Amino acid sequence: MNKVDPKLLEILVCPLTKSPLRYDSEAQELISEQAKLAYPIRDGIPIMLVDEARSLED
Amino acid sequence: MKTAPAQTSHDTEQDIKVFDRSRIRHNRQRAAANFSQHSFMFDWADKQLNERLADIKREFPLALQIGTRGPAPQSSKINHLISMDICNASIIADEEFLPFAGESLDLVLSTLNLHSTNDLPGALLQIRKALKPDGLFIASMLGGETLHELRQVLTQAEINIKGGASPRVSPFADKQQMGALLQRAGFNLPVIDSDIVTVTYDNIFKLFHDLRGMGEGNAIFARNKTPPGKALFLEAARLYQEQFAEKDGRIVASFEVIFLLGWAPHESQQKPLRPGSAEHSLAEALDTNELKTGDIAGS
Repeated sequence: MNKVDPKLLEILVCPLTKSPLRYDSEAQELISEQAKLAYPIRDGIPIMLVDEARSLED
Repeated sequence: MKTAPAQTSHDTEQDIKVFDRSRIRHNRQRAAANFSQHSFMFDWADKQLNERLADIKREFPLALQIGTRGPAPQSSKINHLISMDICNASIIADEEFLPFAGESLDLVLSTLNLHSTNDLPGALLQIRKALKPDGLFIASMLGGETLHELRQVLTQAEINIKGGASPRVSPFADKQQMGALLQRAGFNLPVIDSDIVTVTYDNIFKLFHDLRGMGEGNAIFARNKTPPGKALFLEAARLYQEQFAEKDGRIVASFEVIFLLGWAPHESQQKPLRPGSAEHSLAEALDTNELKTGDIAGS
């Protein structure tokens, strides 16, 4: 599995709220608590699109 | 009314979507495989951008490239490059919703990409905020003169055939507007210039083929959902040949490339002095006697 560029992880924020993200290495997701969204990482590539994010509501 | 309103209010700006971003993503994905056959404009714009970058005596530890269809910038000044696009990049994101922390980047580069952004003022503001103080933004984008021949013949053909016209070529920003947009986004020392590149083709269909190959197929959001029909294109081809062909019969297509450069503000940058803060009088500099306004009137 490809790893995410660590330099990238340092500076990524939620595109919607600009709040910090939590990196879930097991689920390969970047979690925005404020937007209640989980952005997927596929093959080491963070997909920072709201359309592609998983909702954390309910 | 002759001139379009300069800008809309913030409320309506949010609601207007000129470009269908998912369609743009689709266009780019489709174009990716054979892109190198159609990339001449991108290669040229990249070369120009690299030359401009070479003129700047500075190191850029962390750089972001927005829009990755062209080659990655070749510069020894960049230590670490992040490539971002809405598809085929090391991070997938949309410049309308930039996912980078404030003051995190030293350089942001973009080649022929920002012309398909709906909220350009918003994207520029987000880029400026993601730059460190004294960080550099340097970009190229297609400008208002782009494909003016095609725009003209398509509209004319549609009027000839259907008695009405709908937009089929994306609108592009004017060079004149870009300086103001950069300043509005908070960039210092903005520099804007542009070049017209003319390309010749056998016919209109070769031009269409090339545009699709670049991933620049029409992505206007409100585009006419009914297919244009063969008759329209045949009429447009005829008009194009009639009005914009060279002696050898090849048609001419113009592309305007606008280059933008701006700096995130920093106290070291030159700026105008505060009025009244001068330490020497003009008379002193000119080595003459200063006359009071009353003296002049009285003499």
